[in-house]
Amino acid sequence: MIDVQHLTKDYGAYRALHDVTFRVEKGEVLGFLGPNGAGKTTTMRILTGYMPASSGTAKIAGYDVFTQSVEARRRVGYMPENVPLYGEMTVRGYLDFMAKIKNIPRAERKIQVERVMESTRTTERSNQLIEKLSKGFRQRVGLAQALLGNPDVLVLDEPTVGLDPKQIIEVRNLIRGLGGDHTVILSTHILPEVSVTCSRVVIINDGRVVAVDTPDNLTRRLRGSEAIQLEVRGPRAAVTARLQSVPSVTAVTIASDGRSDGVTTYNVACELGGDARELLAAAVVGGGFGLLELRQAGMSLEDVFLKLTTDETDTGSGEVAA
Amino acid sequence: MTNVVAVAERELKSYFVSPVAYVITALFLLISGFLFSVILLQSNEATLRYLFSNLGVIWLFITPALTMRLLAEESRSGTIELLLTNPVRDFEVVLGKYLGALGFLLFMVACTLYYPLLLFIFGEPDPDVGPMLTGYLGVILQGAAFLAIGLLASSLTQNQIVAAVLTFAILLILWLSESVANFVGRPMGDVTRYLSTTSHFQDFSRGVIDTTHVVYFLSIVAAALFLTLLSLQARRWRA
Ligand SMILES: Nc1ncnc2c1ncn2[C@@H]1O[C@H](COP(=O)(O)OP(=O)(O)O)[C@@H](O)[C@H]1O
Ligand SMILES: [Mg+2]
Repeated sequence: MIDVQHLTKDYGAYRALHDVTFRVEKGEVLGFLGPNGAGKTTTMRILTGYMPASSGTAKIAGYDVFTQSVEARRRVGYMPENVPLYGEMTVRGYLDFMAKIKNIPRAERKIQVERVMESTRTTERSNQLIEKLSKGFRQRVGLAQALLGNPDVLVLDEPTVGLDPKQIIEVRNLIRGLGGDHTVILSTHILPEVSVTCSRVVIINDGRVVAVDTPDNLTRRLRGSEAIQLEVRGPRAAVTARLQSVPSVTAVTIASDGRSDGVTTYNVACELGGDARELLAAAVVGGGFGLLELRQAGMSLEDVFLKLTTDETDTGSGEVAA
Repeated sequence: MTNVVAVAERELKSYFVSPVAYVITALFLLISGFLFSVILLQSNEATLRYLFSNLGVIWLFITPALTMRLLAEESRSGTIELLLTNPVRDFEVVLGKYLGALGFLLFMVACTLYYPLLLFIFGEPDPDVGPMLTGYLGVILQGAAFLAIGLLASSLTQNQIVAAVLTFAILLILWLSESVANFVGRPMGDVTRYLSTTSHFQDFSRGVIDTTHVVYFLSIVAAALFLTLLSLQARRWRA
């Protein structure tokens, strides 16, 4: 449903994204986890067609976000970071306007607006001015707006920042309920958030994807592991099996695909202590596959985790996001 | 087209809930009403001709305040991000914003219609309809051109004040370039005279519609809207 390939983004001389590649399958809730400044917002702005990538492609439901921008945008509901809204409008007036520019037919518009207000529980405030709403309600209006027109894909940038714990739980429940019908990608810098809401996690740091995994596996890896990256030529299933047969290996994930020459990059997590590199190299070569590269992943997952917010109670306080 | 209407309608509505717009309208009516009565008392003529020339000057001060918010505020608050990530084309945003502002300008002009009405009721003999209609056309065309320039300025910054000052500066230059013409001589003078709004505005209040003047104002509108579109689209260019 979402297919991101080798995205790079330069802000002037500063490279905010380096070769970011990941996919989100239909109905999945994907967590996009990374510390502040990792490049989450940048990726989402590219995905939603707000700005172009410097190189690489991104597709939504098969439509390229750059060359088929309008078609791609039709399929996306987006909630930007900090939820920008028109303060001088009422909730209903605002949602009605958004429904219009999402080209929802007139007959359906009223029903849709009522429906999204219902599901985000904003109906009671429907006639209030948005500028008079609390942060929590604004957040819900932002979400309501994204849900209009039942888009295939929802892109939510830090949807729980600045909410109090009760509101956070509400919003997370809401998002979890969206999976299945919608494909959701949500960004966060809060570690526990992904285990509560997401079925899979992409971890990004300094503009690079450093891991793709399920929340459970991540937690396991967090307990102590070492990451090694290999580039191997050969059939994926066979190579993966071969790598997994090495004793200290706990998980093997495919870091990149889409290369046509049969070379795949694997991320291998190993137990701490005891360098597995020699064993891995021997396993690959012994299996008759071509080993092109083997290196300790630049930054171990743990270093990245240290930069994430793990404390639920301190969500977003003082986090004025870039 | 529905997108243009939606954007324009939202913009127009937001004027009517904005205190700034009310203050501007009130000032506009106050000043124009004052001028209307003073001119009437002094000239004792049932004509709006002198008032129209003054309205042109008033636009100079009022239109920057009407347009400063249009795009600058959207980029400051970030709402532009939501606008442009929906299936709305950039030109629809530009056109919608512009028409919304134009709608409000027309509303302000409509508020002055009681001046001619008074002249018709109390004027003896009845005033000439022709010059009034052309005068209003001139006032609207000039306002329309000013608004387009204001929209362009508003697309270039996130700061409303900067947008307003920039608009005022451009308008002032256009306004004064006629006087410049007298200094620099030809052929430079011909150019500045052509560019000056004053030289194109006067005929309308005299009751004459000259297509070159209409073309002049509409060209400003078209050029400014096109440049606004470019400045919006620059964001989508690959770095
Ligand atoms: N418009 C911009 N111009 C220049 N640098 C930017 C811009 N937006 C973001 N950056 C930089 O790019 C990096 C990634 O930012 P961002 O995508 O906002 O990260 P995140 O959302 O993960 O916190 C940061 O270092 C940030 O300072
Ligand atoms: Mg961010």
